[in-house]
Amino acid sequence: MKFGIIIFPGTWSDRDCHYALSDILKQKVDYIWHKETNLSKYDCIILPGGFSYGDYLRPGAIARFSPVMSSLEHFASRGKLVIGICNGFQVLCESGLLPGILLRNDHLEYRCQWTYIKAENTSTIFTSKCQNGQVLKIPVSHYEGRYYADDATLAELENNKRVIFRYSTSTGKITESANPNGSLRNIAGIMNKRGNVLGMMPHPERACEPLLASSDGNTIWESIIASI
Amino acid sequence: MPVSKEALDEVALSEKEYQLIVEKLGREPSDVELGLFGSLWSEHCGYKHSKALLRQLPSKSKRLLVKPGEENAGAVDIGDGLVIVMKIESHNHPSAIEPYQGAATGVGGIVRDIFTMGARPIALMNSLRFGPLTDPHNRYLFGGVVGGIAGYGNCLGIPDVGGEIFFADCYSANPLVNALCLGIAEAKNLVRARAYGEGNLLMLVGADTGRDGLHGASGLASRTFEEERELRSTVQVGNPFLEKLLIEACLELAKTDWITGMQDLGAAGLTSSAVESAARGGGGIEIDVLKVPRREKGMTPYEVMLSESQERMLVVVKKGYENKVKALFDRWELRSDIIGKVTGDGIARIREGKKVVAEAPVNVLTSPPIYRRRVRKPEWLNKLQVFDVNAIPDLPRKKAGSTLLRLLASPNIASKRCVYRQYDHQVGNNTVVLPGSDAAVLRIKGTRKAISLTTDGNARYCYVNPYIGGVIAVAEAARNLACSGAQPLAITDCLNFGNPEKDDAYYQLKECINGMVRACRELKIPVISGNVSLYNETKGEAIYPTPVIGMVGLIDDVAKHCISGFKNEGDLVFLLGDSQTVDSSIGSSEYLDLIHGIIKGNPYIDLGMERRLQRCCLEAIRQGLINSAHDCSEGGLGVTIAESCLANGLGFASSDWKLEGRLDAALFGEAQSRIIVSAAPRSAWKLERLAARYQIAAKRLGAVCGKRLIIKGYIDLSLKELGDAWWGGLEKSL
Repeated sequence: MKFGIIIFPGTWSDRDCHYALSDILKQKVDYIWHKETNLSKYDCIILPGGFSYGDYLRPGAIARFSPVMSSLEHFASRGKLVIGICNGFQVLCESGLLPGILLRNDHLEYRCQWTYIKAENTSTIFTSKCQNGQVLKIPVSHYEGRYYADDATLAELENNKRVIFRYSTSTGKITESANPNGSLRNIAGIMNKRGNVLGMMPHPERACEPLLASSDGNTIWESIIASI
Repeated sequence: MPVSKEALDEVALSEKEYQLIVEKLGREPSDVELGLFGSLWSEHCGYKHSKALLRQLPSKSKRLLVKPGEENAGAVDIGDGLVIVMKIESHNHPSAIEPYQGAATGVGGIVRDIFTMGARPIALMNSLRFGPLTDPHNRYLFGGVVGGIAGYGNCLGIPDVGGEIFFADCYSANPLVNALCLGIAEAKNLVRARAYGEGNLLMLVGADTGRDGLHGASGLASRTFEEERELRSTVQVGNPFLEKLLIEACLELAKTDWITGMQDLGAAGLTSSAVESAARGGGGIEIDVLKVPRREKGMTPYEVMLSESQERMLVVVKKGYENKVKALFDRWELRSDIIGKVTGDGIARIREGKKVVAEAPVNVLTSPPIYRRRVRKPEWLNKLQVFDVNAIPDLPRKKAGSTLLRLLASPNIASKRCVYRQYDHQVGNNTVVLPGSDAAVLRIKGTRKAISLTTDGNARYCYVNPYIGGVIAVAEAARNLACSGAQPLAITDCLNFGNPEKDDAYYQLKECINGMVRACRELKIPVISGNVSLYNETKGEAIYPTPVIGMVGLIDDVAKHCISGFKNEGDLVFLLGDSQTVDSSIGSSEYLDLIHGIIKGNPYIDLGMERRLQRCCLEAIRQGLINSAHDCSEGGLGVTIAESCLANGLGFASSDWKLEGRLDAALFGEAQSRIIVSAAPRSAWKLERLAARYQIAAKRLGAVCGKRLIIKGYIDLSLKELGDAWWGGLEKSL
């Protein structure tokens, strides 16, 4: 299995993702500069967190025009795996690979904190190693993480079990106070129709070893690794 | 004299200094030359009032690779071929004028100082001081500063792992914003800021040059706010995205052998970066201002040389490598231009095309006069130091609980969570201990080591006794590191004081530095870098003398770090260190200020005991004897125990305390050299034996127990009540 991590100007979780995958999970990982257009040697592409193009205009709004993005669309259309984390999720929404949008947090502040997310659908490529309803402890760090979509889109996501993660309490209750940003229906991560593109606001690459207080992120990485 | 007083005022030079310049040049300086001198001889760049004092700070250590003042930041060896680079810097005056941009560019500036040396920035901290939040203007400043730090720092992907915030009236018109950055480099990649090698090229990289920030160094940072002038135009506007690109590009460049030096453009812009690099390299430089890309038309050579536009770097490129370097920057979509070259004649020569507009010896430009002053202790200080405890009634027993809640909710003591959660403190995958403990802990990837980082400086103590305050600032920072299990390695200091041309402020500066020198010697910690911010005065009112100590320590085995919160139900709780309640310990305390509105009374510290205490604590952590350690500081014993409870939601029940002396001093007095630790019952006797070996008292206070904080006969509060006060206190004040 080979991972590729895309770097846009302003990306900063690239190194953290690289560390988690290569040093902890012993996978093959390459960095991919955003001007690269050949993604054929990869099985899974990661769009990491950060402030691509300074988040100027809107997070992800400029990055979606990078040369790599049209290749990524093609890559995804062939059923290969894509995971967008934080800013990567925002880029996926801006580029139309995932529905909906991430708005500024309802409290109008940047927020970095531990959150609990409940795996709502464990029969996906990204969550196959999760127990049904398992709660993962994974931190968020964002200014624009409030998931929003119109009612029809939300209904479609719910009906097709494409809401993969919801912010919850440590015991798995979906409450307002467990929601760090005002996301509709506590949505923390969603998947495309085909089931090969995941976008999530929390940072699983920051929760891969007990020393840093959680290894729950590995459940997601290990699910992906097991799929190939 | 052919130059008007207004012109000298503009560049903040005195008539005497002007005469000195004429003497040294052998002629009258040109306009541009006067601008160069004004900036380079300012306090901010030239340290003319503080250098003589700062020289006393110990800077010797076998780990020291770069001494203070030698480079942009100091560097210490941590083994494994790795080097820690660290510096703290103030951005007080810009933040007073435009808090968001002032604080943001403060972060930008300190980060450049670190990656300039080829080190990847891995941690930020901020030490902030504001006036009381009851005043809407102070709330505006507070919100702006925090927003600016978050906005800039988060965009860079450098974790902001902590710091401190303190409120007092004296900071109302003059907030303090000190930003610390720490970086890590492979020793072999360390880059020096030196312009040497005749014929090598000066390349300017990053942002275009505009009229923003003119006279930042000489005007804003080196005088008081006496005059009501429109100062907003001297504050720069930051572009963190551009800075992020500069970080990555410059770190890539640092690994090549295509350059001889790198220097960021900070205070006094191109002037200081070029001239100071030349001074370090021992040669001269020649710059053509026409080659400098501009943001606007019609800029004069004077404006180009003194602009403080942000996000610019000066790179000294080896001749013949310019195309390679340019290609590297092109890839990061960064503009780069050759603007001049290194010369061998020791002259800083500025041209506008063919016309020479300034030509002065580098060594004259970088040798401002050094002032030493003899001053006496101000009379008012004697009055502050005398405080008769019996002048105030003791705390009634039944009020102990409510007083504890009041202290916990006061902005100086309350949790700063509502601030630090706005900063990304985890990016980089290194932060082992998050903000909120005594010191942050970051592991060093590829090793078993970790570093611990803190900032400290109790300005109230320094106000009452600048010397003891200076001692305590260093001792407390080291104590915080000891509580995390780290051996102190090095200090970076930011000295925020009033106008040094006035006797009182100079006395405070001198005494405070003397105190720091004493503590650094006693605790054997070198000062590796720093910054002074003088002239913190508005309408004749100076701030408290505020030394901020940034300290880094080393933990050999990251598994053996310690946190401030209680960890296990049933653990026994001990007070290590000074166990005698002395009534006078209430002097200059948070309690005395908050409850009685009095700021008086000499603080006290026994450095010998302090040193033994810190060693004992470190040894206890290394031997795995204790599960938590929390420095007993502002708010005394009561607050410290409450904080240890709240960190992980575990209660405390006291044994039977025999209180001697006053209750207020016992619960809230701020005697130094005290640490609250918790230990498993089976380790207790070993801890007591260890403490005895270091001649340190280990007084058993009680046990970690339940969901209440109980001090028998005095305090019985639920964690919920305590938490509402402490977690929510600051937020409610905003």
